[in-house]
Amino acid sequence: MFGQLGAAANLSGKVMVFIELNGGNDGLNTLIPLDQYSNLFLHRGGILIPENKVLNLNGVDATGLHPSMTGLKEMYDDGLLSIVQNVGYPEQDYSHFRSMDIWQSGSDSSEYLDTGWMGRALESEYPAFPEGYPNPDNPDPLAIQVGGFQPLSFMGSSFPMGMVVPNNPSDFDNTYLNEYVEPAPATPYGDELEYIRLVYGKSQEYFDVIKNAVEAQPSNLSSLYPSGNELADQLRIVARLIGGGLTTPVYVVSIGRFDTHSEQVDSAAHEEGLHAELLGNVSSAIYAFQDDLRLMGKDDNVAGMTYSEFGRTIASNFSVGTDHGAAAPLFVFGKGVNPGIIGENAQIPQNLDQSADVPMAHDFRQVYASVLQDWFGLTNIQDILFHDFDILPIFKGSSPSEEFVNRNRFEVSNYPNPVRTSTTITFTSFSNANVVINLMDSQGRFIMKIVEGSYPTGVHRIRFDRSNLPSGTYLYQVRLNGIGVTKKMLVF
Amino acid sequence: MTVTTLNRRSFFQKLRSNTEEKPVERTDFFGNKIELFAPISSQELPLVPPPTTTIALVGGLEPYTGPWDYEQAAHLLRRTTFGLKKSDLETLMSLSMDEAVDKLLGINEPAYMEPAPPVYNYYNPIDNDGYEEVTVPANLPFYDGLPALALGETWVDRPYNNDAEGYRTESFRGWWLNLMLGQGISIRERMTLFWHNHFATQTESVFYGKVCYNHNQLLRGNALGNFKELTKLVTKDVMMLFYLNGYLNNKDAPDENYARELQELFTIGKDNPDHYTEEDVVQAARVLTGWTIDWNTYYTDIQSVFYTGAHDQGDKQFSAFYNNTIIQGGTDGETELDALLTMIFDKNEVSEYLCRKLYRWFVYYHIDATTEQNVIQPLAQIFRDNNYDILPVLETLLKSTHFFDAVNKGCYIKTPVDVVIGSMRSFNMDLPSNTMWDDFVIKYFLRNFLESMQMLPGDPPNVAGWQAYRQSPQFYRMWINSNTSRNRNFYIYAMFSGGLATSQTNIMQFDAIDFASQFSDPGNAVTLIDEVTKLLLPPPVSDTMKAFLKAILLSGAQNDSYWTVAWFSYADGGIDQQMWETVLKTRLNAMLGYLMTLPEFQLA
Repeated sequence: MFGQLGAAANLSGKVMVFIELNGGNDGLNTLIPLDQYSNLFLHRGGILIPENKVLNLNGVDATGLHPSMTGLKEMYDDGLLSIVQNVGYPEQDYSHFRSMDIWQSGSDSSEYLDTGWMGRALESEYPAFPEGYPNPDNPDPLAIQVGGFQPLSFMGSSFPMGMVVPNNPSDFDNTYLNEYVEPAPATPYGDELEYIRLVYGKSQEYFDVIKNAVEAQPSNLSSLYPSGNELADQLRIVARLIGGGLTTPVYVVSIGRFDTHSEQVDSAAHEEGLHAELLGNVSSAIYAFQDDLRLMGKDDNVAGMTYSEFGRTIASNFSVGTDHGAAAPLFVFGKGVNPGIIGENAQIPQNLDQSADVPMAHDFRQVYASVLQDWFGLTNIQDILFHDFDILPIFKGSSPSEEFVNRNRFEVSNYPNPVRTSTTITFTSFSNANVVINLMDSQGRFIMKIVEGSYPTGVHRIRFDRSNLPSGTYLYQVRLNGIGVTKKMLVF
Repeated sequence: MTVTTLNRRSFFQKLRSNTEEKPVERTDFFGNKIELFAPISSQELPLVPPPTTTIALVGGLEPYTGPWDYEQAAHLLRRTTFGLKKSDLETLMSLSMDEAVDKLLGINEPAYMEPAPPVYNYYNPIDNDGYEEVTVPANLPFYDGLPALALGETWVDRPYNNDAEGYRTESFRGWWLNLMLGQGISIRERMTLFWHNHFATQTESVFYGKVCYNHNQLLRGNALGNFKELTKLVTKDVMMLFYLNGYLNNKDAPDENYARELQELFTIGKDNPDHYTEEDVVQAARVLTGWTIDWNTYYTDIQSVFYTGAHDQGDKQFSAFYNNTIIQGGTDGETELDALLTMIFDKNEVSEYLCRKLYRWFVYYHIDATTEQNVIQPLAQIFRDNNYDILPVLETLLKSTHFFDAVNKGCYIKTPVDVVIGSMRSFNMDLPSNTMWDDFVIKYFLRNFLESMQMLPGDPPNVAGWQAYRQSPQFYRMWINSNTSRNRNFYIYAMFSGGLATSQTNIMQFDAIDFASQFSDPGNAVTLIDEVTKLLLPPPVSDTMKAFLKAILLSGAQNDSYWTVAWFSYADGGIDQQMWETVLKTRLNAMLGYLMTLPEFQLA
């Protein structure tokens, strides 16, 4: 368990693992809006996942997951996954560099910050850092990037607030912890280099605590980690550091190659290819990591989220790929999340430009604000993000989320069932809501719209006449503000 | 601000507290700077023995005839100047190796010109901060009738003023740092620092700005001259007379301090078990009696003088080590001093000792039997054959096969001056500033950084100089400990983030875009990384390392073209230029900051 002391104590003892999908992830092939399938087929037929391959999410019909994301599907069904629809920022820039800087600095599109959003959050809690750190109350790093280099997101006003640890477990045996340690040659240069590395290692403020943590958790408890998966390798190290007792509240890992301008999918089988491999890696890595946390008894206080600098175009291009777009969904996982999908599927029009993309529905800083407030328990959100942002009900116990959850919570039943001549569908809306009820066959194929309209808070009853519907099993889906619940109806 | 009488301790405390209080400064960093350098969790550092691997050196002192290319020119500059400046490198590569070394040594170059003296820059009239040079101070002698001193005018011909000397000393030190920063293609500044390390003195001990300045100019002016002559000048120099108590040495109360160090540290050394005796120290001290300060000049143009009345006029009998030499006593101090130095310089130990020191200063600290035989001994012979002229020794060493031997490259642990001043030079940084006071404050930041890395020019730890050049078996490794390694990195981070700020608008920092712009094709991530690593790191730099640095530059993006687009979008200067500038700066700072805090970067 997390101790009373330590870096995490200021942040409610919580840990957040950020998973960067570098390159701009194609959201429409990640979280597929099945209710838009026919128009999607028009525009991205060259890459669209076959409808029957899309993974169904428990209780959700209009939205499914990429077929390679079996791990995340299971986590969703088990109530460990919150999906935030169409996250981006206003005035999308479409440049990788600029867009990543915006995500990492937490800036407006037209604002240039040289500090990172996590750096500012950590500096607000630990203003003296690095002076006097580590100390008995804060023995551990404030933020750790596994592999690579210090991201802009860690940058405080003068110093990076975090550190980098190697992403290869054998590198933890080195005298100097760094992502990149090349063997020193057997020359005077090599002799001096070895010496400097030795002292630099000893002088690395967190050298001992990192090594101790890795040694305290000498292996991963989960056997589910896939091999040949760079993200899984990084998360294995995060798990060992957490298991080994580090109180570090922030970890960053990353996986690249999402810039799928060409050959995003296998032309012969769209559910396979590069993007499938990447999403499969993300899914299986997170799945194993969650299992590891559970086995170590650390899953109560650890959550994680994915993000990518932008999404991709709705239309596929002639290279079997997609180009830079605006918004895309992101995943937040862990026992602390409110399971479900936040927001609606994007509407895909019948006619659009080649460069059209999914517009932003949620500002990425709403997600940050939710992490800062509802996960880390910070109250100075405006100091860190410079604006007020509506909190999203990503986390359980999310205080302002009550209203939102109510807005999206509803109960559905129909009586009588089975149906002989007619039935009454009853649903409760906890706020003003746009409601659609569709009838589908047992395979989920759309038959007819039962009702569409705006309904105020309260209990509503909709009468449905069987008419000339043949006997059999049918499904009906009530979608309220874009969130759907599907029920079975028997017709005799 | 009223300044009460200061001694040297309170001066430094005061200057520091001043720095902290300055409201216009970036106090988030600089206000806390002194604390930042406070000792951190000091860990016991391992005592690692020197290299045991025997590397067969191919070369001795014969002239180097191999390829003259980037690698050789870079090696030569890294060892003879501070840092590596791209334009210097290009100049040297346009020459032959012979010409390049000659240029560094000033051979066939315009004669040495003494730089303009330090100026009055330690007063800020806007905030009334620092020390104002009063025009006619009531309590100060020798000020009557002097014109007021204006900012920017030199203070070196002003009379002694206790309240000002601390500021003047820092002004002198800043002036010295300026000379290092602004050095041309010349070995002179590195040699000046060599002689300072050799004839070590401390400004904090002497606390008289003009004396420090005069002493430093003596070293600089004679840096490439004659060692024997320099030894004589230093013996009579006011700074040294103060520092090693020569001014107290008289026939009634001989003080052996200088006489001992003259032999132990400055000339003979203790490398050989057979050396001068204790009696030789006593006798040398007798020779030197009478050399002292001319107190009549103390407040004005302070000079040394020989007082016959304080001189021991008896004969001085030296030991068998000096062939039982007798120096005839008399009233002519100059003649006796010459005789003493001639006796000392007749010993081969002097040239051997100095050549070992020069070798450690320019090549490597580890001198094995082969190097002693093939390099040190012949070099010492050249030194003696040229009556202790320094140039022929340096010329032979720097043009030798040995110097350019691959095993001698990259094994030099950078001094703090290399890190601080050298990095600024690699970034082509010009000297500040908007105002005299800005200049003073910036230099004060720099001296604090240097001090935090345990090398404050002007104040070595003691008369033996910095440990990195004398502490066996560690030598260079003395530079690297848990404090200094952290502070080396603090400096780099600071120069990439907050910079050195005297005000909100006057900030000195590494300009990464300007730095990148000097390379052949900065929009090409591959060649840019290649050229940056060649400039900032000693070889070998592996392809894996370059690929990693490129990944930082691309911040994970998989296609190099994103860098190219970013660079040219910036360079084209469209309406989005500020955005692209931020994009470039963020990535270059990350890549360069990473590179310049690597252990590899500490080597030259």
